[in-house]
Amino acid sequence: MKARFTITALVALLIFCAGYAALFIAPDEATMHAIQRIFYFHVACWNAMFCAFFVAFYASVAYLVTGKRKWDALGVSGVEVGVICCTIGLVTGPLWARPVWGIWWTWDAKLTSTFILWLLFIAYLLLRGLIEDPEKKASLSAIFAIFASLDIPLVYLANRLWRTQHPQPVIAGGQGSGLDPTMSKVLLLCLFAVFCVMLLVLIDRYRLEQLRNECAELKFEIESQGIDAFDGAATPTLQKGGQ
Amino acid sequence: MKNFEFLFTAWMVVWAVFFVYEVTVARRITRVREEIERLKQQLQQR
Repeated sequence: MKARFTITALVALLIFCAGYAALFIAPDEATMHAIQRIFYFHVACWNAMFCAFFVAFYASVAYLVTGKRKWDALGVSGVEVGVICCTIGLVTGPLWARPVWGIWWTWDAKLTSTFILWLLFIAYLLLRGLIEDPEKKASLSAIFAIFASLDIPLVYLANRLWRTQHPQPVIAGGQGSGLDPTMSKVLLLCLFAVFCVMLLVLIDRYRLEQLRNECAELKFEIESQGIDAFDGAATPTLQKGGQ
Repeated sequence: MKNFEFLFTAWMVVWAVFFVYEVTVARRITRVREEIERLKQQLQQR
């Protein structure tokens, strides 16, 4: 508990330092000026989203290979946290686009593939809610997560493969790309800060899923022993098990 | 500062969404822990 508090305090300090660096230390961009500072957290959220979805993809493959419930728990945790990061990116993007492009949104390849990615993983979460059988839920979710992950490379490569309203990549984008050294350092700090936040949230979400599994096992044990798991009347499953 | 309102809103969105999500996860953890305790007590009472 003490270790957890220390880590949370360190991450909070990191967020403060990253925020200060992004707002006050990074130099003003020549054409966009202050609004360009959204970049430091917009990009960091996408980076965190890619990491979270990669965790979900890896866990889904691992679940299908091993059949262990812990991978399913990690998979759903990765997807939920990834959706949160994606939502932040989809909100901060238009907030940056409106003053710079003059529009909130455009259906270019980058934005459209990202929106589809968000919808796919929302569908994943809805799918889980619709299936009751735990084994079936885990297997179908893993398959769906792998299918949805196919959109991730497309999101990353969209502005490299096609002409889009979204700017060409400034990092590893070929000739003419690159960042001012101070901007690079601030970006790295922000990437690390948001990644740490994502990791903390992911660990908590994973813990929640494991607790849910523990709770389900306890309920199953109670039902199999014929004890009323709920206050009052017995559930239909319990009656069936008790007969 | 020009366009400060957009920058401020984006800034708030990032941390507000993470914060609210973390709070909901923490609340769900508390609820499930309480449920586990209740179930364990039921098992012990048998």
